[in-house]
Amino acid sequence: MSIAEGTRPRHVPDRLASRPARILRSWELLLTVIAILIFLANTQASPYFLDPWNLSDATFNFTEKAMIAFAMALLIIAGEIDLSVAGIIALASTAMGWALQYGAGMPVLVLIGLGVGLVCGAFNGLLVTRLGLPSIVVTIGTMSLFRGISYIVLGDQAFNGYPSDFAFFGRGYVFWVISFELVLFAVLAVIYGVVLHATNFGRQIYAIGNNATAATFSGIRVARVKMILFLLTGLMSGIAAICLTARLGSTRPSIAFAWELEVVTMVVLGGVSILGGAGSILGVVIAALIMGMVTFGLGLLNVPGIVMSIFIGALLIGVIALPRLIRLVRTGKAA
Amino acid sequence: MEDGRTIAGPVLRLEGITKRFPGVTALSGVELELHEGQVTALIGENGAGKSTLVKILTGIYQPDEGHIEVDGTTTRFPTATAAQEAGVTAIHQETVLFDELTVAENIFLGHAPRGRFGLMDWSRMRAEAREILTRIGAKLDPMAPLRDLGIASKHLVAIARALSVDARVVVMDEPTASLSQAEIEELYELVERLKSEGKAILFISHKFDEIFRIADRYTVFRDGEMVDAGMMEDVTEDALVTKMVGRSMDAIFPARTSSPGEEILRVAGYSHPTEFADIGFGLRRGEILGFYGLVGAGRSELMQALFGVTTPSKGAVKIDGKVAVIRSPAEAISRGIVYVPEDRGKQGAITAMPIFQNVTLPSLTQTSRNGFVQMADEFALARRYTERLDLRAASLDQAVGNLSGGNQQKVVIAKWLATRPKVIILDEPTKGIDVGSKAAVHEFMAELAAEGLSVIMVSSEIPEILGMSDRVIVMRDGRIAAELDRDGLTPEQLVRAAAGYEETAA
Amino acid sequence: MKQFITSREAILLAALVALILLVETRFSGFAAPGNLASVFNDTSILIMLALGQTLVILTRCIDLSQASNLALTGMVTAMINAAMPGVPVVALISIAVALGLLMGAFNGLLVWKLDIPPIVVTLGTLTIYRGIIFVVSGGAWVNSHEMSAAYKAFPRAEFLTLPVLSWIALAVIAGFAILVNRTALGRAFFAVGGNPSAAVYTGIDVGRTRFMAFVIAGGLAGLCGYLWVSRYAVAYTDVAGGFELDIVAACVIGGISIAGGLGSVTGAVLGALFLGTIKNALPVAGISPFWQMAISGAAIIIAVAFNRRKDPGRVILKEPAQ
Repeated sequence: MSIAEGTRPRHVPDRLASRPARILRSWELLLTVIAILIFLANTQASPYFLDPWNLSDATFNFTEKAMIAFAMALLIIAGEIDLSVAGIIALASTAMGWALQYGAGMPVLVLIGLGVGLVCGAFNGLLVTRLGLPSIVVTIGTMSLFRGISYIVLGDQAFNGYPSDFAFFGRGYVFWVISFELVLFAVLAVIYGVVLHATNFGRQIYAIGNNATAATFSGIRVARVKMILFLLTGLMSGIAAICLTARLGSTRPSIAFAWELEVVTMVVLGGVSILGGAGSILGVVIAALIMGMVTFGLGLLNVPGIVMSIFIGALLIGVIALPRLIRLVRTGKAA
Repeated sequence: MEDGRTIAGPVLRLEGITKRFPGVTALSGVELELHEGQVTALIGENGAGKSTLVKILTGIYQPDEGHIEVDGTTTRFPTATAAQEAGVTAIHQETVLFDELTVAENIFLGHAPRGRFGLMDWSRMRAEAREILTRIGAKLDPMAPLRDLGIASKHLVAIARALSVDARVVVMDEPTASLSQAEIEELYELVERLKSEGKAILFISHKFDEIFRIADRYTVFRDGEMVDAGMMEDVTEDALVTKMVGRSMDAIFPARTSSPGEEILRVAGYSHPTEFADIGFGLRRGEILGFYGLVGAGRSELMQALFGVTTPSKGAVKIDGKVAVIRSPAEAISRGIVYVPEDRGKQGAITAMPIFQNVTLPSLTQTSRNGFVQMADEFALARRYTERLDLRAASLDQAVGNLSGGNQQKVVIAKWLATRPKVIILDEPTKGIDVGSKAAVHEFMAELAAEGLSVIMVSSEIPEILGMSDRVIVMRDGRIAAELDRDGLTPEQLVRAAAGYEETAA
Repeated sequence: MKQFITSREAILLAALVALILLVETRFSGFAAPGNLASVFNDTSILIMLALGQTLVILTRCIDLSQASNLALTGMVTAMINAAMPGVPVVALISIAVALGLLMGAFNGLLVWKLDIPPIVVTLGTLTIYRGIIFVVSGGAWVNSHEMSAAYKAFPRAEFLTLPVLSWIALAVIAGFAILVNRTALGRAFFAVGGNPSAAVYTGIDVGRTRFMAFVIAGGLAGLCGYLWVSRYAVAYTDVAGGFELDIVAACVIGGISIAGGLGSVTGAVLGALFLGTIKNALPVAGISPFWQMAISGAAIIIAVAFNRRKDPGRVILKEPAQ
């Protein structure tokens, strides 16, 4: 067993499980099966479901939330959370509406939307990384603060009259039934997928979420990575604010109310561990599709939105509880 | 283990106790007897299984095999409460206390005095706490929050907690580790009093002088096994050290002919507000510098400061003769200093991630192009270093958490070698790992030094210190107590310097 | 006494008094006893919910489903009352509490037995419980004229100059003071949150203690469900929408550490009163009520930054460096 004497060390293979075997055991496959079942159920439930324009409309149910969910996924994998995303949308939208009153055109509106998102993200990030405060509390606070500023500005009023070239971001179509938002969603999904799964930065996110101490001890600048993630989440909220404002054509302070919970649900349903360290963008994409289809399918059946939320809530708990319940019955231990 | 001098049977007896954890057998078929009115010393190095035994005695762990007898009747301690009801109480380390609660409550949590309507009686609790504190000579306000107390006072609270239960068996897990000399004297008196009250005491300690002063019997553990037991009067200190250390040293440690080169690291006047002070030493190329001391002497804290985890208040570090300011591990790594921490699970490895990703984590720039991960390069780098360390794993894609302790340590060492460091700091590199992996780590350490890497090895294991080091620095209470040369160094010299008995320290 | 003056509760109390006096300068009469009593009455429900949440947060968990729980129990009692006006209020309150306990137990079991992170569990039940309201009510409102007089009168009834609602809140505060300070369970909440692994050494079952915290928080939410609907004399699906975050805010302002193991009944009550005072002060001080959300948000951030604790590190040196 001496190394010095030059005995050949034993061979350790790179991987044991082949790629198909790993895919078979994955959370993403389970989600895909659920998504297909819901799709089939929808086609059975309503003859209108398969209409291309109906399907296209349905994508608006998730595109804006999913954009935020991608950045949120990275943040949650790194062990933090941002509950202020809907508050950022409200503030960014209000800022755009305010600028509109002074005659700002489309490019300025977009810059303001992105800028407010980044500033809000920076504010959260500084409080968490510089002061070492727990992100869940900080962002509950900034959630109220950001939306609260919108209420101060707007009260029960609304900003209207966004220019038609601005409306493209929420109502425009790139090709046939393919909306601008859907294209943006797809592009962002690819970008985030690559960043998380194929870059050093993505690897550092996983390391931090699994064990921030060991990550620090491995020379990773944990605070800097977290700061970037808060900035990204703010930026995505800004982009979502642009799309949503353009789609609605108006800004009220209650815009995107309670979206933070839907975004977090999407991320967790997508298989991202709320404790950090695990998850994939593909999972989030499928979870977004599932949530969009459920909302749309039940909508076609005239089931009100609030009832759909029962389904989403049950799905969230169910998919996490079921494997644990089976393990509990089998081995007496849940985790 | 019948003994003619014992008249009554033991109060508590453990027989054939075995406890396994994933990757390691912590205890293997150990025996222990505790007698009324007698102090039994439990002696063993770190990782010998002492704390696992304490946890079994107090109902935190359940043994996989073997049984516990109280007064000759076989029993089980399924919970901490069950052990307490059977009359076993323990002074654990400080971690078993609650910072946000008061002193009195820390003493009585779980068995607080009840008054009317079964409600907790705070005034009685306060009075009883004061009484117990007075009994052990601790001048503490029972209503002070524990958070405001120093480490020694916290330890006194732990002692008071153990004595607040009407127990027949008292387990003391290194009760003097953080006490001052005066407090230690008071503790000895307390032990005498407990003895005279007929309690059976299990006394765990590293310090031989106190074992000889207060113990009636001894039991020695080594690598999870009970190697010897008997009466103190039948044994000498040297014999105990040999039993504790066990193995013959040259048989296991690689033969080294060291010829250290030029000085590579120089530390001067290095001080931290609370953890260490006035540290100065040099390290040469190809040298293995041992750091010995008792647990809590400040060695790990010093090493973590050198690695940039914490910032010292003053002092200077020079690398290759140039002043180096290190404010983060990232800066330390870029200057060629790396650190293999003692706590593998928390600080060393990211146990949920695969082996190859652990190895490449600090070297991602080597295995990537423009920030994009190159998986094939990662596997190649990980393979290069894990093969050198003779890692045993099912695949490089396996999660580190599923490996044995020894192989986890190899992954952490491989991770640092992949950064091609100048100085590697190993903090308790073989703690809690099996004998085979220990030998591999030692052999590898010698090989690295021969290649010109400078090694700082923090260890509480005397044979490891004696077998591997070119030079040894002994720390005590956050300061350097002695700097000793390898030649002619004896275990007694180390133990005395670490415990602070100046007459024989170098 | 000296300990109290430097405690976070004392600082919070001083901030609260300063706030009340500040409002008094702009609107004389705000600090009058009668008005303060009405502020307290307005804040009663928030106080009770914050106390329940305090127990949950003490054990290092969080319950985001309280407001949904409240809305569902409120709707159920209102519907029973509308359908069967003869059912006595006491029975309705019992039903509300029982229903609340049940929902709390469901949260607690998922956390205890299946080890699912509390934020995931209660994020799910937050939407489920609220969705069920719509299912049972069919989306319809229960309006004031459908409710019996007794149903509406109970929390408003005056007893020794204070409304019954205030008395219930005072009783809950007193009960919590005893529970938290004088019972083994109460102390176990602190132990579990302060040092879970050490709690095991003292014979405390960590999972069961967390379960109990969720059950109590749920029971209180149930009680508040009846009180809320009866006080505002209307029940609909969105009752108390978003209120879960106000509750957490009250706790954070009250110095309940989200990291667990640290907090007090006094703190939670003061935190809730602080928010309640702002809410009541804005209209009388001539500030748009739309300022309220931003102010509570800012208050949360300031409170959590203020309560920040730093790890002092180990003390090894017996005397400092020369």
